[in-house]
Amino acid sequence: MAVAVATGAIPAPRDTSLGTWLDRHAGRIMVLPAVLVVLAFAVFPLILSAYLTMIRFALAPGGFKLTFVGFTNFSRLLFGQQQYHFLGTFGPMTVPLWSVFAAIVFGLAAWIVRFVRSEELSVGGLIGRLITASLSAGGALLVLATVFAGGLPGTLMTTLIYVSVGVAVQFLLGLGLALLCAMPIKGRNWFRVIFFLPLMVTPVGIAYTFRMMADLEKGPLAPIRFALGLGEFAWATDPWLARMVVLIGDTWQWTPFMFIVLLAAVESRSYEQIEAARIDGANPFQIFRHVTWPAIAPVAATVVLIRLIEAFKIIDLPNVLTGGGPGLATESLTLHAFIAWRTQDLGGSASIGYMLLFVSTIVCVSFFNFAVRRARRYQV
Amino acid sequence: MSAATERTWAERAFQPKDPASLAPAAKVAIYTVLIFWTAVVLLPLYWVLITSFKLPIDVNSGPVYLPFIDFSPSLDAWRYLFVDVARDTFRPYLNSVIIAFSATILAVLIGSLAAYALVRINFRVKVAAVAAFLGLLALTVVAVAYLQVNWRIATAVAVGLFVVFLSTGARRFKRSFANSDIEFWIISNRIMPPVVAVLPIYIMFQQVRLLDTHVALIATYTAVNLPIVVWLMRDFFAGIPIEIEESAQVDGASKFRTFFSIVLPLVRSGLAATFLLVLILCWNEYLLALFLSNAKAQTLPILVSAQNGTRGPQWWYMSAIIVIMIAPVIAIAIALQKHIARGILVGAVKG
Repeated sequence: MAVAVATGAIPAPRDTSLGTWLDRHAGRIMVLPAVLVVLAFAVFPLILSAYLTMIRFALAPGGFKLTFVGFTNFSRLLFGQQQYHFLGTFGPMTVPLWSVFAAIVFGLAAWIVRFVRSEELSVGGLIGRLITASLSAGGALLVLATVFAGGLPGTLMTTLIYVSVGVAVQFLLGLGLALLCAMPIKGRNWFRVIFFLPLMVTPVGIAYTFRMMADLEKGPLAPIRFALGLGEFAWATDPWLARMVVLIGDTWQWTPFMFIVLLAAVESRSYEQIEAARIDGANPFQIFRHVTWPAIAPVAATVVLIRLIEAFKIIDLPNVLTGGGPGLATESLTLHAFIAWRTQDLGGSASIGYMLLFVSTIVCVSFFNFAVRRARRYQV
Repeated sequence: MSAATERTWAERAFQPKDPASLAPAAKVAIYTVLIFWTAVVLLPLYWVLITSFKLPIDVNSGPVYLPFIDFSPSLDAWRYLFVDVARDTFRPYLNSVIIAFSATILAVLIGSLAAYALVRINFRVKVAAVAAFLGLLALTVVAVAYLQVNWRIATAVAVGLFVVFLSTGARRFKRSFANSDIEFWIISNRIMPPVVAVLPIYIMFQQVRLLDTHVALIATYTAVNLPIVVWLMRDFFAGIPIEIEESAQVDGASKFRTFFSIVLPLVRSGLAATFLLVLILCWNEYLLALFLSNAKAQTLPILVSAQNGTRGPQWWYMSAIIVIMIAPVIAIAIALQKHIARGILVGAVKG
């Protein structure tokens, strides 16, 4: 017995003191609150929400009535009367547009075939690539039919525009500013503090501020409009200009995030390598391409991933800046779900939420597998 | 002066004196871009600030830029906010302060405990137990929703079945989740768009009559920010040498004692970074407050977005509210920029 206690193989005799009990189970007690919170506010809501996607909510005398409708809410979004709102209105697809689509599908197919022939082939990898490829093909068709064929983009397309254009512009601006701030100049710390500010500002405040800024009658930029001789110029009634104003607000807020992280990555690259490249006669672009970029690629991929995850959730800016208008032009998926909820379409709201969950998860996981992992390998 | 240092005008402008410095032309270009972006960042903030000191006529008659020169500043909007409708301004402000601080403290406390345990203690959670839990949860939802079983009875039965399963059946299964799986599970919740979860959360709080209260918002904000805390804190904890904790435990300190009086003080700068980041996220939150608060628990972002009244936005009041809403975060950001940036960096660089 003494030996067993000494090695700790057999639990010590049960101690009645609370302190000892607490200490023995300390690990579980420490994790338990977090697990309970996640269960109550993420897992349980997800399951309940999955149920909500399959019901129709209606007010009835003395309360409300829930009717089970199966996947009707989803099919309404994808094929039925809500299609114009979610997917958009499709324009007539012409031959050139079909050929562009065929080229994209061919490219994706080639990508899959190359994977099947490679040595890395695995069932999971193949399924993942098939999902990514089919979603990309669907997205490409959506872009062609709603944007290029003269249709009207729906909330899904609008959200994808915010995510793709917004994240790309913010990344490029953030990278450019980070590279400039890493140069040997005076006042770097001042610029760093100032450039960081917008990230902290409340998005709703930004939305109103940019409504004032974008007011070309009374806003601060009105003189520029007069100088350029633009007449009546109402961005709020033009779909693409309205989207652009939302994107400008989003970019103003989120460029600092890219900037601050990329600056840290740029500053931590090895100075000796740059020096060696310069002595070998490399120009600044070559130094960036072959020294700086490989060093910062893993961080760059990760920061884009984090931004992708958050970008899909956009609601504050379009709701306050434009109210989703003109028409549906600036309505994001989250705003769409909120509007459906306000009109008491519980099932519709939950299914829009679920569609957003699917799309954002697939995009983020694909990005992680095909960009972040590759970037990390790149470094090693 | 030797011949080597005599350079033409063009050479002096476009070629650096030595490789470590920059040519004057390059410097001018860099400063131009950086100062341009400084203007882009500061102009909107400046515009809000001066608009809050304008009279309606100064706003409506076209842009005026400089107080005392272009227009005479007035405290009208501020007087309106702090005297005429003072109660409508202070209540949301107080709500925001209470909710943001409570939720942040809770999230950081719960999240740090979990992160520490996940770094230092090995867990084995049986896959079978998790599967049983999820199955029972789904069955309970089905029973309550379709079969009209009272939710208290259904929950009690489910909990009973789960306990029975844990004490008998679960031991036969070998496969289990490790710490990294638990961690990934908690962190991955950040990918979930909040709009998916907010409807059921709304219904939950409606059932227990807590809609439009501080409790509802504090609990929800704690939950949505928990993943960030776990994500950031686990790295700060992993950076502490384990010997310090081991020697404390040899001296007889319990695990909780070790955590609160030895480990937490060691990570205080990381703790501060996480705290500030979560505080600002709570302060700025919009979507959840939009769903879960109405009048009593209204937070500042909702107050601001509700200003879009029937007479069109009253820019002067609105600007004043925006100024009092963003002033604290701007002040924090300027004063503690390094700490907040550290929190962001730990999260982003690690991935």
